[in-house]
Amino acid sequence: MAKKIETLLLEFAKIHRFLMRFFREVVSPPFEFKEIIRQCYEIGWKSFPLISLTGFIVGFVFTKQSRPSLEDFGATSWLPNLISIAIVRALAPLVTALIASGKVGSQIGAELSSMNVTEQIDAMEVSGTNPFKFLIASRILATTLMIPVLCFYVAGIGLAGGYLSIISKDQLSILSFITQVFESITAKDVFAMVFRAVVFGFTIGFVSTYVGYYSTKGTEGVGKAANAAVVASMFIVFIEELLIVQILALIG
Amino acid sequence: MEQKKNVEIDYNDAVIHVDHVSKSFGDLHVLRDVDLKLYNRENLVVLGRSGTGKSVLIKLISGLLKPDAGDIHVLGEVVNHLKEKELRELRLRIGFSFQNSALYDSMTVRENLEFPLVRNKRNLTRAEINKEVEDVLDGVGLLRTINQMPSELSGGQRKRIGIARTLILRPDIMMYDEPTAGLDPITCLDINSLINEVQERYKTSSIIITHDLACAKMVGDRVAMLLDGRFERVGKFSEIFDTEDERVKPFYDYNFIV
Repeated sequence: MAKKIETLLLEFAKIHRFLMRFFREVVSPPFEFKEIIRQCYEIGWKSFPLISLTGFIVGFVFTKQSRPSLEDFGATSWLPNLISIAIVRALAPLVTALIASGKVGSQIGAELSSMNVTEQIDAMEVSGTNPFKFLIASRILATTLMIPVLCFYVAGIGLAGGYLSIISKDQLSILSFITQVFESITAKDVFAMVFRAVVFGFTIGFVSTYVGYYSTKGTEGVGKAANAAVVASMFIVFIEELLIVQILALIG
Repeated sequence: MEQKKNVEIDYNDAVIHVDHVSKSFGDLHVLRDVDLKLYNRENLVVLGRSGTGKSVLIKLISGLLKPDAGDIHVLGEVVNHLKEKELRELRLRIGFSFQNSALYDSMTVRENLEFPLVRNKRNLTRAEINKEVEDVLDGVGLLRTINQMPSELSGGQRKRIGIARTLILRPDIMMYDEPTAGLDPITCLDINSLINEVQERYKTSSIIITHDLACAKMVGDRVAMLLDGRFERVGKFSEIFDTEDERVKPFYDYNFIV
């Protein structure tokens, strides 16, 4: 038991050192702009097809499933208000984070871990490049920047899916739909969405780079790192969602 | 077998001094109070059984690991006391050829070679970078692979490209980790010739980690044998194996099929 507690505490200390090093590297020159842009492209742009499909389906299905409840009260005209609040406040950041954990997290975890196994990270270190700055800081920054962008996109495409679901049964002009959406959501909702997305983006980047960088040697280590990146990111994202909801409720 | 040319070694000028260094991993004592010198323009072969700490030694020299005791002097600097920035600058003078080449597999051969160059010599023009890359690749006889991906190369070609990538920064010291491991005998001979060629052309001092005695005989000016965490036998190849020590004899017997 004491051994387990010691291992856990040592792991926390390692995580703390990793976090502090990230903040130190991120503010000290030289800055890896080119690599950050490349990672934004890899993480952001290459996720668009998958995120478009899932965002659209979530919006469409959520609207379809919400309709019967509102129909009971003759309130289907409230559907745009309901889905816009649900998508902006909860679904968009959460769906984006979960999809990104699966796609981006596993990719980063496996990539860094295989670089570790094949000594590519050591090769970078001995050839005068700071691998932490080049590989780790750039990826964490890219996920922190791109997840909010993807989140806005998911919100938009989710609302489009919701609109299509509504007009499959009711008559509603796109202008009326957009008006209702903007009447329902407040600046605070948008701020909360961006805040969530930034936190989730940082988490996905941090967790997946951490498990990849400290993966065990061997091919088994690569598989474990990819798996741990997805599982740990998703788990922490849910915990953060729970905490953020409570904090925002307290703030009002 | 191609004979090694005579290189003028300055035995008064040690470029590396591993000064009474110890290193352990948990209860495993890998290096025990090790003392070793690499002289200017010398090829020093480090022999030893697998898991005896040969690779640990060169990782300590390049600052990838820190010793538990003792100091490591490289080109007048004490590696284990250097700050990160100073260590990074020193590393530019040390070439490190990894056992599995450690080529960046998301980059082409050209990009692999450009990577250390563009990051450490930021004032070079595109034409200068291209010339450097092509010259070094031509030097290892693999200019034709310039646009290939590492996955398309053979083991021997990967080793050569790995060596070329370290040479592009014109290091003073080269460290080869198992340069002939996993290669066929003909390719081994090619790699050994390349190591000698690097010593002559680039005027480097090198540490070669291996358990291939043919390699040791062909490239080594001196051989140091790591036994039970210590360098118990250091000298010319013929001196090292002139012994009845049961820890040393099987090496010779196996490699030369006595």
